[in-house]
Parts: sequence; structure tokens; C-alpha cells
Amino acid sequence: MLRTLTLKSYLDKVKSKEISPSDVVKEVADAIETINPDLNIFLARNPKAFEQSEERAKLPLSGAPIAVKDNFLTVGMITTASSKVLEHFNPPYESTVTKNLSTAGGVIIGKTNMDAWAHGSSTETSDFGVTKNPRNPEYLPGGSSGGNAAAVAADLCIAAIGSETAGSIRQPSSWCGTVGLKPTYGRASRAGVVAMGSSLDSPGPMGKTVEDCAILFEHIVGHDPYDGTTSSQPVPKLTDALTKGVKGMRIGIVYLDHKDLSGTRTAKAVEAAGKIFEQEGASVDVISLSTQLEKGKILSPDAAIGVYTVVQRSEVSSNLARYDGVRFGEDRSHFGAEAKRRMMLGTFTLSKGYADKYYVKALQVRSLYIQNFAELFEMYDILISASSPGFAQKLGATADNPMFGELEDMLMEPSSISGLPGISLPMHYDAKTNLYLGLSIVAPQWHEERVVAAAQVFEENTKWNSWRNL
Amino acid sequence: MSIISTQTVAHIADLANIPITSSEEETLAAGFTTTMGVVDQLSTINTTGVEPTHQVTGLENILRDDVVDTDRMFSQKQAIANAKRTHVGYIVVDQLIGQ
Repeated sequence: MLRTLTLKSYLDKVKSKEISPSDVVKEVADAIETINPDLNIFLARNPKAFEQSEERAKLPLSGAPIAVKDNFLTVGMITTASSKVLEHFNPPYESTVTKNLSTAGGVIIGKTNMDAWAHGSSTETSDFGVTKNPRNPEYLPGGSSGGNAAAVAADLCIAAIGSETAGSIRQPSSWCGTVGLKPTYGRASRAGVVAMGSSLDSPGPMGKTVEDCAILFEHIVGHDPYDGTTSSQPVPKLTDALTKGVKGMRIGIVYLDHKDLSGTRTAKAVEAAGKIFEQEGASVDVISLSTQLEKGKILSPDAAIGVYTVVQRSEVSSNLARYDGVRFGEDRSHFGAEAKRRMMLGTFTLSKGYADKYYVKALQVRSLYIQNFAELFEMYDILISASSPGFAQKLGATADNPMFGELEDMLMEPSSISGLPGISLPMHYDAKTNLYLGLSIVAPQWHEERVVAAAQVFEENTKWNSWRNL
Repeated sequence: MSIISTQTVAHIADLANIPITSSEEETLAAGFTTTMGVVDQLSTINTTGVEPTHQVTGLENILRDDVVDTDRMFSQKQAIANAKRTHVGYIVVDQLIGQ
């Protein structure tokens, strides 16, 4: 089977002429045809994928079939962001990230399902039906990039491109037993990505291995004149970081003493991860929680939920104001329940008389998180924790829970509101349910190389990655 | 604790230009009250003298040259291609003035 190849082995085999890109694309396309009706992963398919894979065979990504989240604008493929408002929207221009992907020789195999407008952590808020977790179809894939994580887990692509506002790359990767890398905010262009939380949105790679994410990262990020928040700092060669190891690295374990984690299987798995890093030459400390800013302690993620809720809803209310059905899309009666909820709450937190109480307060607490991380990164090179408090939840879990996403993404929110890079990779496996836990590794801004170096060490020294022994 | 009434919900819906039914008003009011309960926890954190963070990149005054970039221009045909109502090459909009 060719579609189970990692991106790295795909590239090696194409270069040595052992396989041809169009054979892989055909196999992936056929598998999508068979599997998609059950799992509902893809919303649109690229009719030109076969030809493009051959045309791009000699480029760096050798025509590799890549799944792309449906919030990246793609010319010639309907882009819906999983909302009925954009059900028939044919983008007149291409997102920078997908343009970069094509220029490097990647081929979009199709557009994947997500929480509508990326509002959620389950893919259950999609206006086009939930995606099922390929590891166990009774369970959710997580979200909002749930379709991507599912496409990777089901081998319906070689790798994928998603986006994260707070957890949307890392949490579904955790729930689907895949790898997801959230770059530093400002590393990857938001131009042509359906806007959600503009001070938070970060496109990034999702894949089968740490190495695959590092490879894809190098081809899709970088300064973009069409996005003024992208940095002109040089893009690090992440593939060089794969062999750096963790010898001498100072690692802090965080959130173990949070009430939702303390004593759980998840906490034990994180402790075991700490042991692996220690064996490989790192020094590992456990950092305790605090509710106010305190030296040497990590701020509780609980307040970050409040910060994220206010900042994200406020930015959403502004960004989604443009969908009035005049220039494109359907009118505002077509919004789903979750989008209405978020736009309205953001309108409230930004409204006269409440903006100082809620919005400005949230931005002040955001500053405290940034200060807390800055202080901790003087003592530690990276911080590790669980990506999500537990395993994937069952289909239907989001019903009547307006804070579902925030609770599932709780451990990712502090680093997201601070703009930090991070990764999630498989850290534990439950044989009975066939489900995974994810390890989160977070580094200071612009230091994705530390994240990748440590993640690679963990992946090499554990048995949790389901592609390593194929 | 912030209790959000159905009247407030109706007012916000109007501000946000979102059509909602009266049964939605009830559900939304209950949901908002739950959510604002979580948000209210922020008030227990001391932020005296703390500057708000609007953006995390540290970049300032990012400008572009004042030249026309034809690469990102739409033709008239492209610009109106996704519009529901057009008239001789223009997009038809609802009347706003006088409302």
C-alpha cells in the first residue's frame, strides 16, 4: 500500500523512481472514494490532482498529495469553512500557504471538514456533518482541524495543512494519534485563510511523523507581503533540528497538578515522557501551578480559557461581520448555532460599557501569561504537558455545552494567546478503544527548532507512533 | 455574576445583524450566562498597571509601497462572480440610507 507512506519515505521513493506520484495520488483518491462516505473527512476533491502530481514530480515536494483544511482559499475548488454561508463560494484568489505548497510541488488532494468557521474542537459544529475518528468511528476526531487529523490517521493523504487559533492543530492531532505543529504566530501567512481570531490564527503542518511536519513547515511558512503580521525573520531549517537531541536541554513539565489532570492516566503518561527526556540527557523539573503571577510557577490555564473566550469571540464578531451575502456567500440567516453564539458574545464583550470590563481585562491577563512564559523560558528551554486532558470524546459530546471547545483546548490556550510555537505527538495508546493521548511541547517565540528536536527524540524512543514500525 | 437576559440577547442580535427566533433567545441567554460565568473569573486576577496585549509579534508600522499591485487586483468579472444580485456589472445592495 502506497498511501501509508510518510512524507519522508514518499519523497525518497519518488526520487529513486521506485514509485510514481500519480500512482500514489490514484491510490489515495480511490481510498477516499471508498472510505469518505463513512467518515465524512473530505468536503471537496481536486479534479486536477492526478495531472498536477506528475507535473510537479521534480519539485521539492514531488507531487505529494496533501489534504488542506477547508478554510484556505483555493481557486477552482469551493471553499466553505464548513459553513452553509459559503456553501457555493468559489474563491477568486489563492491563499499564500496553498500557493507556497503548489510552488514547492505539493498537490492538494482535497479540502477537509472542520468545525464551521473553525469554531470548535470536535468537527461536530460543521454545517456538513461530523467527521468520525478513523481510529474508532464512535469517537470525535477533535477540531477544528479534525478533518485533517482524520485524513492523516486514515492514510487519505501523505500529509496535511491545518490552522490553529487555540488548539485546532494540536488537539485533533492528539485525538487522532497523529502529529501537528503549530508555528509561532506570524510565521505562516494568514492571507487567504478565512479569518477567525486575527491575533491568534496560525496555519501549520499536520502529518504522520515529526519529520514530516518539519519538512512541510519549511515549504509553507515565511514572510508574506500580503500579511503584515508575518515576520521577516529567516525561516529555520527544521529538518536540521531532527538530529539535535535533548542533551543538556532544560525541560519543565507543566499542568500536572491541575485538578482535571492530577493523578490521571494522562498525568502519568506525561511523567513517563519526562523520564524519556531525562534518559536522553535532558534535565527535567516539575513546575507547579499558581493562580497569580509568581516566579518559577506556571499560571493556571483556567484563566486562559476566559482570556481566549473574550479575545476570540471579539475578533470573530468583527471578522464575520463581512458575511452579509452581498458580495459573496449567503445572507446571515445561514449561520449555524455556534457561529451565531460566538459573533453575538463578541459583539457583547466589545460593546460600549462592557469593552473595558471584558475585552481590555482579557488583554491585560493575556499580558500576564506572556510575562509568565518569558520568565519560565529563562529557566527552561521547553515546556511539556498533555495536549488535551484526555482521550477523544464520543460523538455527540458537544451537545448543550457552549464551552466544550474551551475545556478540551484548555492546555493549549495559554501558549496560543502568547503566540508560542508547539507540537502535539502521540504519547500513549489505549488498546481497548484504539485511541491516543498527545504530548505537547512548547518553546519560546521563533524557536520551532527546539520543539522539533525534542519531539523527534520522544518519537524515536517510544512505540506510540503507528507509522514508525510499518 | 453576569446574568444575560433575553432582552440583552435580542439587543445584541440586532447589533450583530443576526436574525434569531424567540426560542433561540432563551437558549442563547442561558448559554451566554454560563460562558460569562467563566469569563467573570478574570476579575479575580490583579492587573493593576498591566498593559493590554493587542498583538504578539512586536512588529510596528508595517507599510507597503504606494504602488498598484496588479497581481492582487480582480477583474470586474471576478469581483462580481460570487455576488447573488448584479446589474450591468454592478453588485446590487439593499438600501441603507434612510433606514
